[in-house]
Amino acid sequence: MTISTSSAGQTGADLHLAGLTKRFGTFSAVDDVSLTVPQGSFFALVGPSGCGKTTTLRMIAGLEYPTAGRIGIGDDDITDRKPYKRPVNTVFQSYALFPHLDIFENVAFGLRRRGVRNVRSQVDEMLALVQLEGYGRRRPAWLSGGQQQRVALARAIINRPQVLLLDEPLGALDLKLRRQMQIELKRIQTEVGLTFVHVTHDQEEAMTMADTIAVMNQGRIEQIGSPGELYDSPATTFVANFLGQSNLIRATVAAQQQDRLLLDAQGVRVTMLAARSQARTKNAYVGVRPEKIRISRGTSPPSAADGETGLSSMDSSMNGGNQLPGVVTDSSYIGVSTQYLVRTAWGQELMVFSQNTGGDDRLSPGDDVVLHWDPAHTFALDATEAIDAGVELEETAERPDPVGAGS
Amino acid sequence: MSAVAQIPASVPTPPPEPAEAGTTRRFTPYLLLLPGVLWLVLFFLVPMITLASTSLQTGSLEQGYQLTWRWANYTDALGTYREQFFRAFLYAAIATLLALIISYPLAYTIAFKAGRWRNVMLLLVIAPFFTSFLIRTIAWKTILSDTGFVADVMRGLGLLNLSDGRLLNTTFAVVAGLTYNFLPFMTLPLYASLERMDPRLIEAAEDLYSSPFTAFRKVTFPLSMPGVVAGTLLTFIPAAGDFINRRLLGNPQNTVIGDVIDSRFHVIVDYPTAAALSFVLMIAIVILVFAYIKRAGTEELV
Repeated sequence: MTISTSSAGQTGADLHLAGLTKRFGTFSAVDDVSLTVPQGSFFALVGPSGCGKTTTLRMIAGLEYPTAGRIGIGDDDITDRKPYKRPVNTVFQSYALFPHLDIFENVAFGLRRRGVRNVRSQVDEMLALVQLEGYGRRRPAWLSGGQQQRVALARAIINRPQVLLLDEPLGALDLKLRRQMQIELKRIQTEVGLTFVHVTHDQEEAMTMADTIAVMNQGRIEQIGSPGELYDSPATTFVANFLGQSNLIRATVAAQQQDRLLLDAQGVRVTMLAARSQARTKNAYVGVRPEKIRISRGTSPPSAADGETGLSSMDSSMNGGNQLPGVVTDSSYIGVSTQYLVRTAWGQELMVFSQNTGGDDRLSPGDDVVLHWDPAHTFALDATEAIDAGVELEETAERPDPVGAGS
Repeated sequence: MSAVAQIPASVPTPPPEPAEAGTTRRFTPYLLLLPGVLWLVLFFLVPMITLASTSLQTGSLEQGYQLTWRWANYTDALGTYREQFFRAFLYAAIATLLALIISYPLAYTIAFKAGRWRNVMLLLVIAPFFTSFLIRTIAWKTILSDTGFVADVMRGLGLLNLSDGRLLNTTFAVVAGLTYNFLPFMTLPLYASLERMDPRLIEAAEDLYSSPFTAFRKVTFPLSMPGVVAGTLLTFIPAAGDFINRRLLGNPQNTVIGDVIDSRFHVIVDYPTAAALSFVLMIAIVILVFAYIKRAGTEELV
């Protein structure tokens, strides 16, 4: 099937939000959000429920009027335009398919409203794109959740909007179907070349699909960047904890040697690249992702003074790495990897993901171990932030809120 | 009080024998249907048969009635009272239309815009039922009386003919009374079907290039069709047979079929004609209702 991308390419343009704010009474649902979504990109707004991401989306759709700020597409300011006059279409959280119309008429709805005459070929083409050929005469209620989701997508895409908004489009699907639809969505986005703005509370979903992710928290944007940038160099503790998991250790900056930073983390010397530090003062959190840590049996206690050379038993590749002794308190085997909890000398539990490469002997709770990781994989965050920001939120935000209620 | 105390003692029933459990279960649905079926047979089926039989009898109260299969009772009745039939259906149709026009915005407001006032507004819709239908209709006599406020205002605005300026005992009064009396029957089903509707569907329609009016025409109204159909039927059917409004608010020139049936039964004591008229009215309503439902196509909406 061939979907021409040229028409969208010519008419589309970047989406700009400038100082976008929405207050409900005294509560700021969205607080001074500014961002640009390049034309044709897959942009994800991710955050826990209640962070303002859905409100942001609804303002772009025109279903909510901003308290302040402007919304523009290319050179067009669409802030004051009615929803039905915006070159924007939405895939709703609960799909919102019209129950009194069959699938064909649902998909044709937007075209008919704009007075397009021959809708048949376009609708058929669109149903083929979402792999629902032959379903045209069925009612939405007769379709499964995944099929309804694809109808909702087809109903929006057929209008070739300059921006397609997706509000937790996969939230109602079970995990397996969700994974499948993620791949599907990405395929369709690549195929039609439209700008997608995808709202989700599921950080994994955002990382899988998006070119650019904006992490939102309490109405503000914490960080914008590619999935890799956000994951490897989180700017705040919220991002570090919300996107994947992070081990954050309280530390103080001891010295700077050229492009390297030396930190004292609870008596352990940690080296890192100065460029990856977000700390504004001497107080910082040293961070490292659980899968970046290697774990090995051993007891030699490296001190802050001789940390770089103290571990003679380690192989040479470890030289110059950060090392930290500890005791395994928990180990859980999950097939591709083993997750360890390791208690440090000062009582903090760190998480380590050890990939199951076959040869390793498995460590048991009570074993003395040494953790080591590359200075290049170390990041530092400002210590004025809460160490657990974004941790619990992700767990409780499994099910999305009903629309407009919070996020 | 002693009667109340007695009840719990009689409640426990012996548990069914395990061997008969299958049979008992098989008969349970019929057992549950029994009270309803008995009621319908006794108070619906038997009277219907009696009425059908009466409609084909000849005779008088003094000489007694004989079933003579006189089908002419029907043709006579229809021929004589065609006008009253027509008037009854016309008044009912106008009242139904007016009730729909008044109820729809009301039901829409309660369903989507009332917020915390929703229950209060629903209560206000139902409130008239706390008073008798007759008393409410009599109250309309006062409202529409020649010296009443409404008539005064309308006269003042020149909307009412000054020489024969009356509101009471006019067709207008009858239709107004019908509309008023059956309004809740229209409002409640409409409210029920609108309330069930997902407001996000309206957002979806507007997102898909529908102006608010188009969204209403293409989404809201079609989805409220079950309510529209239920409401119009609940209004039209009783309104077509009603004669209380005509009797209290109308005049002898605008009698409806309900009047005729009532007087044939109770005043003139011409049972066969009254029975034939009742049957014709019933059949006419059934035909109209079926034609209407077929047109409205509600079965597709469920």
